[in-house]
Amino acid sequence: MAGRETPELAAAAVAGGADLLELGFPFSDPLADGPVIRRAAERALAAGMNTSACLECLSRTRELVDVPLVPMTYSSLLEAYGYERFDEDARSAGADSMIIADLPADQRPELRRVQLVAPTSPDERIALAAARTDGWLYLVTLTGTTGARTELSPQLAGLVERTRRLTEVPLLAGFGISTPEQARAAAELADGVVVGSRAVEVAENGPDALREYVVTLRAALDLADITEA
Amino acid sequence: MSTGAYGAYGGRYVPETLIPALDELEQGWRDALDDPAFQLELDTLRTQYAGRPTPLTLSERFAPGKRIYLKREDLLHTGAHKLNNTLGQALLARRLGKNRLVAETGAGQHGVATATIAARFGLECVVYMGREDMRRQKPNVERMGLLGATVEPVEFGSETLKEATSEAIRDWIANVETTYYLIGSCVGPAPYPEIVRELQAVLGREARAQILEQEGRLPEVAVACVGGGSNAIGLFAGFLDDAEVRLVGVEAAGAASLASGRPGVLHGARSSILADEDGQILATESISAGLDYPGVGPEHAALRDDGRASYVTVTDDEAVAAFWDLSRTEGIIPALEPAHALSHARKLDAELVLVCLSGRGDKDLAEVLAR
Repeated sequence: MAGRETPELAAAAVAGGADLLELGFPFSDPLADGPVIRRAAERALAAGMNTSACLECLSRTRELVDVPLVPMTYSSLLEAYGYERFDEDARSAGADSMIIADLPADQRPELRRVQLVAPTSPDERIALAAARTDGWLYLVTLTGTTGARTELSPQLAGLVERTRRLTEVPLLAGFGISTPEQARAAAELADGVVVGSRAVEVAENGPDALREYVVTLRAALDLADITEA
Repeated sequence: MSTGAYGAYGGRYVPETLIPALDELEQGWRDALDDPAFQLELDTLRTQYAGRPTPLTLSERFAPGKRIYLKREDLLHTGAHKLNNTLGQALLARRLGKNRLVAETGAGQHGVATATIAARFGLECVVYMGREDMRRQKPNVERMGLLGATVEPVEFGSETLKEATSEAIRDWIANVETTYYLIGSCVGPAPYPEIVRELQAVLGREARAQILEQEGRLPEVAVACVGGGSNAIGLFAGFLDDAEVRLVGVEAAGAASLASGRPGVLHGARSSILADEDGQILATESISAGLDYPGVGPEHAALRDDGRASYVTVTDDEAVAAFWDLSRTEGIIPALEPAHALSHARKLDAELVLVCLSGRGDKDLAEVLAR
């Protein structure tokens, strides 16, 4: 989640082995998110992280890290800022793409972004998302909101298998992945994993804690010979 | 599949997980509309279970010099218009094979109407309600419990309808295979606004026929309160083609999504919402839990923009005054929500006025008497 410490945290995550960073632009009513991200968004907003502050944070983060940076947010921010203007300003601040959690592939197709697919997505929607996505597809591993789970979702394997038949774009799996074991198991199916809620929690303990956490994920993924976001 | 757009408003701004469920819902709704058995069962429930048609009552003492007709949705089973919607959507849920209903509620009337039909059909029912609303609408919390529903308190943000709606949608995302999301107003992603409008249109069509029968002419103005806007859209639906009938929606002054909102996205649809310049949703403040919501149905935003309907605001104090006055002059205790419509109706420069009395005020007694 974007905040004052984001550039240092981002550098720590990259030092720990992250290949790509998602940067949350907080929204007051994040439907796709569980309590950890929702509370992080509430705190960020209370600390004044409006859209222009987030873009500035993105820009400062870009100065410290070389990996792809992907803002993740909700339509309401783009409605207010202007979709095209947001796209231009985010990319000139260093974003490589973006994720809009409540903007499915058939809405606003002109906005290039990483598309999401879910276990509930039928093949034709997966094909649509793959055709419109920006670089890689975000596989939502489970039917639910973001947040740590005790087990890797059993729905992921089937989703990967269906998606692989339809597209060759890289597949990154996210939602519910928090432990190195889960990350490794997910990475054996997909091309990479996205860790959100747990990373946000760990980041509250500072850059060193985040770097150490990412190191454990990196080690698990290296066993599966895979990238990590 | 249609996008469900009302001009620039409507659409489906939801996580991908829900899109197939919305497609299934839309298909199920179209099939139901074409199925005479669905219509027959809905009509039977309306007349034999819910108590339709509801009467149209002429109030003569509330606003001397005017003829104000009240569409008596307060006399519908469960005490508000909300049951019109839950009857139809519960039939849809059953057609789709879902045995668990989730709903949000503000004033508790939609929660009670959902719990009621869940009991009638033997369905599991979970209702999300903000802790602040549970406090101020306690009788409805107790009714839902009695009816066998689980009321889940929502304890973050403003602890009112906005957060309750978000939590109901999150529950739906997590349980979409087994669960039907029974939305309570003409808001949310397509096709919900259309479904709710069609199910509430029964009150507008009835009112039109009744006022022609009782008064021999159409009203000059049709007035209804607007939170999400379901009773208003149902009333307006009866008169949209009657260009001479003015349509007026009345919002709470502290939650005026149409009177002072901006285009934006909330709870799955693009509409007129109360948000700051960055798109962050603003807190609302109304004595009426049912109007205390920063969004509104997309069709209302379109009706406002094309000028077919106009939207005004009424303060808490004005609504409470109308609450007392209707009770004392007509022997009808209105809910605080339609008390907003009543307050505006007596200010209108019109003689023959139709007001949707969308619910009864038992739930509001403690709140009003404590002032």
